[in-house]
Amino acid sequence: MATAILVLAEQLRGEIADITFEMLGAGRKLASASGVPLYAALLGSEAAPLAARLGLADKVFVADQPQLNLAPAHTIAVALKAILDQAQVGLVLIGGTNGSIGIGSFLSAKTGLPLVNFGRAAKLEAGAVVVTSQLFGGKILSDVKLADGRGIVSIYPGAFPVEAGKSEGTPSVEKVDVAIEAPKVSFKQYLEPEKGDVDITKQSVLVGVGRGMQTQDNVQLAEDLARILGGAVCASRPVIDQGWLPLSRQVGKSGMTVKPRVYLALGISGAPEHWEGMQNSQCIIAVNTDPKAPIFDGAHYGVVGDVLELLPILIDKVKARKG
Amino acid sequence: MNLYVLLKMVPDTVEELNVATDGKSLDSEFLRFKLDDPDEHALEQALLLKEKHGGKVTVVALDAPEVDEVLFTALAKGADRAVKILVNQSGLGTVAAARVLADYFASASDKITSDTLVLPGSQAIDDLEGELAPSLAAALNLPFVGVVSGVTLAKEQAVVTKEFAGGLRGEFEVALPAVLGIQSAEKPPRYVPVAKVRAVMKSAKIETVDHTPPDRLIRLELDRMYKPEAAGRAQMLEGAPEGIADKLVEVLANNSVI
Repeated sequence: MATAILVLAEQLRGEIADITFEMLGAGRKLASASGVPLYAALLGSEAAPLAARLGLADKVFVADQPQLNLAPAHTIAVALKAILDQAQVGLVLIGGTNGSIGIGSFLSAKTGLPLVNFGRAAKLEAGAVVVTSQLFGGKILSDVKLADGRGIVSIYPGAFPVEAGKSEGTPSVEKVDVAIEAPKVSFKQYLEPEKGDVDITKQSVLVGVGRGMQTQDNVQLAEDLARILGGAVCASRPVIDQGWLPLSRQVGKSGMTVKPRVYLALGISGAPEHWEGMQNSQCIIAVNTDPKAPIFDGAHYGVVGDVLELLPILIDKVKARKG
Repeated sequence: MNLYVLLKMVPDTVEELNVATDGKSLDSEFLRFKLDDPDEHALEQALLLKEKHGGKVTVVALDAPEVDEVLFTALAKGADRAVKILVNQSGLGTVAAARVLADYFASASDKITSDTLVLPGSQAIDDLEGELAPSLAAALNLPFVGVVSGVTLAKEQAVVTKEFAGGLRGEFEVALPAVLGIQSAEKPPRYVPVAKVRAVMKSAKIETVDHTPPDRLIRLELDRMYKPEAAGRAQMLEGAPEGIADKLVEVLANNSVI
């Protein structure tokens, strides 16, 4: 690999997103192993003042242009391509986040660089970069080889440690001014998170329910358990999409990130989108009928079984214990 | 409105997935297919838009196992036309799939018009080469927004809600025609009785479109596919439900929640 590595830094409302540090840490390892520089790109006038936080990069390219704030994926890709051409970049790391979705595809179309999605590990192998991607909801992994280390990799949030991407150092900053066409997509306003009856980010016990609960009525069992444990019920995306629980109870990529003392994952398979939101819970207990469910790879305690059979018994035993 | 919903079949992950002997694909022997979840929502969103603004909903899919049933189900739910492009979806990467679909939208009968909205699901579980929606938008030179969970139409634009993180969403205006990656519809996908699907199977037809398979199915050099090694972090609690419940009570007590 003879060309530089570039991380597209991501920020939301003036805060550098954790995924940026994850990518910087991963990018630094690859850059050091192959002896190439590590760059970061900060696009938009909202992002520009944050350059000093990206100390792990050798250089930060800053486009201090308001038109790049919350700009559509296509516009960001055009700006990135300008930086790629100028800085001789071969490998680009982009966050696999809702905010960055589509940027890699447009950049791939514009540059001809291949895009690897769902990346959760990357290593150098005889000049090539081998990216491990997580497919089918985490049930299958695939290794893709980027010959000459050239390509675009979308990184799963939570795949790399955040701390490894932080540095006290001061990066050198290069201002760039990219040509921007009038976009056909424009940001109007933020819609703030729905304030629910319960703030699930503040609970010490969460009973998380997934598709395995089968019906809306069965969610009541989880509510009963949550109540006697002094906690609250939250859910993975399919349950929210069915309208069984309000948006304010969603845990995962688009929803909340929670870190309770105990997280019970009931009938939740553990797809990466959900895992992203609850992986830092102190104790994770998973109950699922599928012994191969990815949730068991990360949980502390696992039960293979029918949650609907187990719940009434567990509720009675907790009641008995509490007296 | 000219609403197109792109439907993609994916392996049902409720079943066990195994890697084929070539080490680079899934073993298809016991594979069951289903419609990718976000595509189900894309269809619902299109039907809701049609009910509100009028127009026509066309569902389009590449050839895949069990796809006919999914197309008939879409017709039973209220789609006006179902189109199957006769290119095998198996092994086809996102970029090639987007190319095939872009060709389809270049054909005289299905040209993109000023009131066209193309609605793929936001992301599929096997999108190794990236999502279809932005790849197709790039190929068609149309505006794109992904992770969309709400669409309203006003004159020559759509006002869409895009999800960020932590429950935060953003409202964007998108000039039409456009491609929107739908994450979830404003309402849960509607249910349609099997009897109605059967009736549609007898009365309606799926249109088929011939297409030469792309020269290159996937741009990526796939080294291997494999199952994750069980990290084995979870301590499995076994036995009868009574015994398991006792152990769980201990775990809860040890973590000071009871």
